[in-house]
Amino acid sequence: MPVNSLDDPFSEKSDLSHGAGCSCKSCHSADVEMVQNLPHTEEEMVNRFVETSVVKSIFGGNDVKRRQFIRTVGAGVFRAALLSVVPLGALQSCINDTKKKVESGGSSKLGASKLEKIKLNIGFVPITCATPIIMSKPMGFYEKYGLDVDVIKTAGWAVARDKSLNKEYDASHMLTPMPLAMTMGAGSSSVPYVMPAVENINGQAICLHNKHKDKRDPKMWKGFKFGVPFEYSMHNFLLRYYVAEHGLDPDKDIQIRVVPPPEMVANLRAGNLDGYLSPDPFNQRAVYENVGFLHMLTKDIWEGHPCCAFACSQEFVTNNPNTYSALFSAIIDATHFSSQQENRAQIAEAIAPKNYLNQPASVIAQVLTGKYADGLGNVLNEPNRIGFDPFPWHSMGVWILTQMKRWGYVKEDIDYKKIAEQVYLAAECGAKMKEMGYDAPSTTYKKHTIMGKEFDPNFPEEYVNSFDIRVK
Amino acid sequence: MTENKKAILLSITLFVVFLIVGELITSTGERNKKNMTEYEQLMGMGETQAHVPGPIEVFKHALSELSDPFYDNGPNDKGIGIQLLYSIARVMAGYLLSVIIALPIGFLIGMSPVFYKALQPYIQILKPISPLAWMPLALFVIKDSVMSSVFVIFICSIWPMLINTAFGVMSVKKDFLNVAKTLEMSSLKTAFQIILPAALPTIFTGLRISMGISWLVIVAAEMLVGGTGIGYYVWNEWNNLDLASVVFSIIMIGFIGMFLDSLISRSSKYFNYQE
Repeated sequence: MPVNSLDDPFSEKSDLSHGAGCSCKSCHSADVEMVQNLPHTEEEMVNRFVETSVVKSIFGGNDVKRRQFIRTVGAGVFRAALLSVVPLGALQSCINDTKKKVESGGSSKLGASKLEKIKLNIGFVPITCATPIIMSKPMGFYEKYGLDVDVIKTAGWAVARDKSLNKEYDASHMLTPMPLAMTMGAGSSSVPYVMPAVENINGQAICLHNKHKDKRDPKMWKGFKFGVPFEYSMHNFLLRYYVAEHGLDPDKDIQIRVVPPPEMVANLRAGNLDGYLSPDPFNQRAVYENVGFLHMLTKDIWEGHPCCAFACSQEFVTNNPNTYSALFSAIIDATHFSSQQENRAQIAEAIAPKNYLNQPASVIAQVLTGKYADGLGNVLNEPNRIGFDPFPWHSMGVWILTQMKRWGYVKEDIDYKKIAEQVYLAAECGAKMKEMGYDAPSTTYKKHTIMGKEFDPNFPEEYVNSFDIRVK
Repeated sequence: MTENKKAILLSITLFVVFLIVGELITSTGERNKKNMTEYEQLMGMGETQAHVPGPIEVFKHALSELSDPFYDNGPNDKGIGIQLLYSIARVMAGYLLSVIIALPIGFLIGMSPVFYKALQPYIQILKPISPLAWMPLALFVIKDSVMSSVFVIFICSIWPMLINTAFGVMSVKKDFLNVAKTLEMSSLKTAFQIILPAALPTIFTGLRISMGISWLVIVAAEMLVGGTGIGYYVWNEWNNLDLASVVFSIIMIGFIGMFLDSLISRSSKYFNYQE
């Protein structure tokens, strides 16, 4: 196929006047060396075509004028000047995306050409819970839905919250209780947040310092200093629940400190903490560094508990419905991909480098595949150590709110279901999952069992009052 | 031997002793075990453990980092050169801002003993506040993490400049001012031709102290806010318990700090006024 007319439009030497059936010598020559400036892949061709048509239209199709002009001002200057007025990159990606959408038979309603915003910043804290958010970048899930996303590593949850509130992040990896707290204005200014999807279930652990190997009974933990990643975290609530079930008052008998996850191991080594309930890979890293051992996995406190989430502001959803929808699809798709056990080893490789988690790949693989060393001399095989399930059950939101009430993070009476339904977009997530061909539950409330005790989301206030140890 | 030669010799000896002791008391973290059980393998027995690196290891690491200081592998993994440039740019922005504000105000305060005494308590209270204490407030109010770190540098570096400028202006010899009066110089002329040159050495001391503080502050601020900069680099390597990188960046922070300090002290020589 003669594609010489797609030669570099910014070069004074190129000739763009070859039409179909052109009879000039270069169009018929099979010498590929001569035309190395020409686009080779389909995508490059589309890009070049957009450039060429814009440049041609400026000079009214007069190729002699074009070359004269470029010779006078220089190719670089011309390109820069043009780029400052015409968003060439955006045009090219729009056309490429629409083309892909049409080819894949996708509905044109969600056409990528209508994305309000293509370049997004998404924050993450470097832990395995964020796997779907992180891996979507190196494994191309964002790209697949026409988005150009930068995933930005964040030092801790407070900073992630503030950068989200400041709109430096369009969306962010958060802990499931955070959007609830932010919406109610607990611990921050009140900004309506939504949580379209949960990232992971299970996947946390209680890790103790090696010197406590003989203190496996929580009753012996009086006076211990524990780390949790954030006040409004499942980690905090699960640790409190766990010690309270063993008769310790978490506010009086132990000390709970907020420590950003990446700093956990260093603090444990320094003896600043006796243990922590933290996200992986930092539990496994402590084992790997011979500093601590895994007392238990959180899946044994509450099988299938939610942990981290994907969240953004209500404002972002309202102003960018199509972008939001594409992003949502990418996240669900990636979450589903990570839930498949056979993909886990490959994911571990993709998210281990410095740009993402910055951890030894072997540590991440142990967390994701569930075949791990516990630091006590055993190799355990627990494929459910971490799971990925996007569906944000309203009942989970209600449970979190009951714990916030139980430990005094909210003082006033709250309408549990109303807040959970406002923030956790369960129905929307279910619809999206079905649209993408995955199974979704038909209800949004269910009963959960936590350490053998049943939680009925219909009676939250009664549930709070059923505990002896609570802030009264 | 001249005094200088002795000093150089002593310097080199100290350095060599430091290298040898450093190499002796640190380990390589190697735990290369052959025929590992599966448990040992999962415990990372075949790989290096986190450890305090010796000078040779740091040197090797420095060579590999400095051979490609400007690589850019995406938003969370950039070369040491890029990170340092980000930090220096932020320091310069905050520092220049405080120079612009502190010098004129310090001058005015110094001219009026009443002002000086009235403002003294506030300055003394604001001066010792740590940058990390300002950060949450700055993030909340300014709503931009880069501007917040610039603000924190500004607020921490302004006080020594302010105090030194005021002090320098105040302690200009009365004789000088009396001579100026006798010669019937206008007050503007007195300020620029008598007071400013006489106060310059003290002002430059303030500028130097402030520059040192700015460079201290940026590392702390970036560790907290993250994203880019040498502080973030240290934090990121700390997460991975990669102490060779941490030691390397500590050395780099030292060198850049020295460079910034000598920049000010050198320029002060051009303005120095001798009695």
